Amino acid sequence: MSDLLRTDAAELSGLLAEKQLSARELTQASLEQIERVDSAVKAFLHVDAARALASAEAIDARRMAGEELGPLAGIPLAMKDIFTMTGAPTTCGSRILEGWVPPYNSTITDKVLAAGIVVLGKTNMDEFAMGSSTENSGYFTTHNPWDLDRIPGGSGGGSAAALAAFEAPLALGTDTGGSIRQPAAVTATVGVKPTYGATSRYGVVAMASSLDTPGPCARTVLDAALLHQVIAGWDPRDSTSINAAVPDVVAAAKHAEVKGLKIAVVRELGGDGYAPGVLQRFNEALAVLAELGAEITEVSCPNFDYALSAYYLIMPSEVSSNLARFDAMRYGLRVGDDGVNSVEDVMNLTRGAGFGAEVKRRIIIGTYALSSGYYDAYYGSAQKVRTLITQDFDAAFASADVLVSPTTPTTAFKIGERVDDPLAMYKADLCTIPSNLAGNCAISVPVGLSPDDGLPVGFQIMAPAMADDRLYRVGAALEQALTDRWGGRLLDQLVASPAGAYLNGGAR
Amino acid sequence: MSVELMEFEEAMATFDPVLGLEVHVELNTATKMFCGCANQFGDVPNSNTCPVCLGLPGSLPVVNGKAIESAIRIGLALGCDIAGWCRFARKNYFYPDMTKDFQTSQYDEPIAFNGLVELEVDGEIFAIEIERAHMEEDAGKLVHAGGSTGRIGDAEYSLVDYNRAGTPLIEIVTRPIRGTGAKAPAVAKAYVSYLRDLMRALGVSDVRMEQGSLRCDANVSLMPKGETELGLRTETKNVNSLRSIENALYYEIRRQAALLAAGGKVHQETRHWHEEGYTTAGRSKEEAEDYRYFPEPDLVPVAPSSEWVEQLRATLPEVPAVKRKRLQAAWGFADQEFADIVNADALELIQETVAAGALPSSARKWWLTELARRANEAGVELAQLPITPGQVAALQELVDAGTLNDKLARQVIDGVLAGEGDPAAVVAGRGLAVVSDDGALAAAVDRAIQANPDVAAKIGEGKVAAAGALIGAVMKEMRGQADAARVRELILARLG
Amino acid sequence: MALTAKEVARLGELARIRLTDSELEQLAPQLDVILTAVARVSEVAATDVPPTSHAMALINVFREDVVQPSLTPEAVLAGAPSVGDGRFRVPRILGEEA
Repeated sequence: MSDLLRTDAAELSGLLAEKQLSARELTQASLEQIERVDSAVKAFLHVDAARALASAEAIDARRMAGEELGPLAGIPLAMKDIFTMTGAPTTCGSRILEGWVPPYNSTITDKVLAAGIVVLGKTNMDEFAMGSSTENSGYFTTHNPWDLDRIPGGSGGGSAAALAAFEAPLALGTDTGGSIRQPAAVTATVGVKPTYGATSRYGVVAMASSLDTPGPCARTVLDAALLHQVIAGWDPRDSTSINAAVPDVVAAAKHAEVKGLKIAVVRELGGDGYAPGVLQRFNEALAVLAELGAEITEVSCPNFDYALSAYYLIMPSEVSSNLARFDAMRYGLRVGDDGVNSVEDVMNLTRGAGFGAEVKRRIIIGTYALSSGYYDAYYGSAQKVRTLITQDFDAAFASADVLVSPTTPTTAFKIGERVDDPLAMYKADLCTIPSNLAGNCAISVPVGLSPDDGLPVGFQIMAPAMADDRLYRVGAALEQALTDRWGGRLLDQLVASPAGAYLNGGAR
Repeated sequence: MSVELMEFEEAMATFDPVLGLEVHVELNTATKMFCGCANQFGDVPNSNTCPVCLGLPGSLPVVNGKAIESAIRIGLALGCDIAGWCRFARKNYFYPDMTKDFQTSQYDEPIAFNGLVELEVDGEIFAIEIERAHMEEDAGKLVHAGGSTGRIGDAEYSLVDYNRAGTPLIEIVTRPIRGTGAKAPAVAKAYVSYLRDLMRALGVSDVRMEQGSLRCDANVSLMPKGETELGLRTETKNVNSLRSIENALYYEIRRQAALLAAGGKVHQETRHWHEEGYTTAGRSKEEAEDYRYFPEPDLVPVAPSSEWVEQLRATLPEVPAVKRKRLQAAWGFADQEFADIVNADALELIQETVAAGALPSSARKWWLTELARRANEAGVELAQLPITPGQVAALQELVDAGTLNDKLARQVIDGVLAGEGDPAAVVAGRGLAVVSDDGALAAAVDRAIQANPDVAAKIGEGKVAAAGALIGAVMKEMRGQADAARVRELILARLG
Repeated sequence: MALTAKEVARLGELARIRLTDSELEQLAPQLDVILTAVARVSEVAATDVPPTSHAMALINVFREDVVQPSLTPEAVLAGAPSVGDGRFRVPRILGEEA
């Protein structure tokens, strides 16, 4: 594999700035890698080679003309197919939006393009972001580059797989219950859920409005920080957007110091149901942090035990309302319009045909939870649990700078293993959900391969709302120490192994 | 199918009506409730739409600050308390004119609540309690096509224009209005008329019922006299004018009374008012729609500070009730005379006529008698007659100058209404001016005297009252174009 | 609280999703399991706990009442399943008077 593909965005940035590398060359290399591996990985729903090359050339021309460009100008990026972008379809992994070309860009799309980033295409996802394995995509399943028989996580499995397969150095995702962090954990990449409201939701197709958080994905902490800097910031078109300065996450990633920092392990996010290999790597990572001078303690957040339940009430309720607009009237799929069927029939038939099983499940649950007579017991109660969880976080952060846990209880499970057991699937989000409910920020960094199955294990760091810089500081410190220990990145190990031979163009 | 109706008087002798009025006011802000599209009537279909009001995937609403301001001012003017903290809520239901298949509205946290409006109807004061006034957005406009009537029942398909989707609306809801008795229809009309005047005074809406910027849904139920438990109510929609409100309620009361008296039950349902003079049933409300309300997660709470509310309170214009008292005093009308003006919906018309130079009494005379009669005959509102206050004032001026008498003036009105132009133009065009040439009059007087020698003789003997017949004859010859008083003078002078 | 296939069908109607018989058979027990699991939120949701509807305590986010450019009708109608006379054409609507 070309060294170019394995180089971090941070380093590529320098090469591009010094004109030792052109954006066109870099984009071309990425497109070739996609060509090489994506029939096996299937990370992309849509690749826009012509547009990507044209953008890259335009960046090169501007740089040649002496223009001062941003640090990520010319760097390729894989975009989760939930962000609207004109000129190509945005499908959210659903058949109901097959072929829909939005007439507008999301705010983040605009920011990414303004930064000179080259969008290679749109990545696969669980339909409307509902899932933890990308098996719910209406199109096809994405495969984990570490083991093509396994899931890449979800709902943003496409973006994480694209990074792990070296198809792009940067990717975008959204995290509603762990959809950025959990795929990062099972693919040995870095994924960040910023503070809710730090990144604009305008133009990001809504799943659960009060939980959805767009965020950066990359192979290193610093790369994620560079992307975070580009996409975060107040947006007047999003009423829930935070009107405050973006913390200097890039500086924090470079100042990777944890001496004296108070790190608390959340007692409830561990124990039964967590794979031994995952817990082992988690504890080893804690030991590393302790060696680096951090103070490790434990904290109890008892209401976290109710987080999954509260989430699987609040989220479907908002989903049932957000997805009502897909009614065959103004865009998207229309089924059954034969001149005889009524509009009610056409809506029913279209949604019956266009939505997958998980989406239907969640819409029905949400419809039930909001219906009169049930609101107080379900949705109303869940919103109260949300308050209790926030209180638990507040109490915990009063005596700790960050909280930590495994990102997800197990390593990547096999494709097909949990599709028939929704509850088992939901448990993948146990550790990630609390931060979505409370709105604070969290990151997943790779901390090793499980001794049980050789698959990646992710370590989650959580920080208070607006303290996103802490994630990068602690994450970078841990990453640096571990990379030193390993003599390289985990993903380099994949490339060097037989299982990763296909990434180099070898047989798989 | 003929519908049984009880005589209104009998219905009112047997039952007590209870009213509930829901009025929607379309705000006249420059932009829509949640996006920057122009809030404008009549443009090319789907030309004032954007990702937000179209509800495109990924779009998000942002509240129009001016709409909040208008909502607060409306609430204050209705005597409401203003919420210190409130939220928007989603009202979830599917319909092709709803871009998101939910309406962003307010549920259990309206911005204004607990208000009071006092109305005077035929000398009786009614206190209408306002339960709430809340903010919401309008839906798109549906046109039903392919069938023969243009109505939804036999349409083959429909066409939707979303220009109106997202327009800011304020919904004002009364508590059940009891104790109106036979005046119920009149009270309902007076209430909506009052709201209309109020919105005009506040400058927050065009409030034109025929354009839909003021809408009323009229609810009514009947209780057997003396009972207190509310009966089942119907909600009548498509009442597009003040007169329709009155007529629709009048009809519904008669219909419900007949039904109940025959031992039947009133269906809790929505009914549609037809201008021909009856209501028909719409979709039954037996199984009430479950709207699954929950707080709108894409918007943050609205918490107007008490400073802001007080600032807005200071900008309130003269409340209609106060304005009416002032005008009544200025014009010198007795209570009943003034009440007639209000009931005839002629207050502004008279105000403008007076401003154009007429005396209040003259203005009142024309609008409430001659013009009111014409409006009734044509089945339109006074304001819809093709004659302006300025023209009425001009007409009175002609009468004052002696150019016209009352009878001729009525002919001039015919001309103005027929589109022949201003009063002066009609007078010229039809040659209606009073003949002021004494010579011509004298000649006509002579001819009348000659034709009626007995009458002339009586007058000569001092029976002055007999002059009437001669005056009549002269007026007939002059085709009314003479000043009767002058004719009388000439006759008496002639005959001694 | 057993959720029957009939109730699921009713919820499907409310959500405008036509569910097949086999879907109904599959969904009902699945939903039942999920709802039983999530029902435990009422165990801990005491009456004196205030509900949270927004993670961040923002209030009063307003915009100026100034007209912004709209989309063109062409752009608006571009993705429409069916168009008539510059408007979205939709199948016939049953029932109540508009």
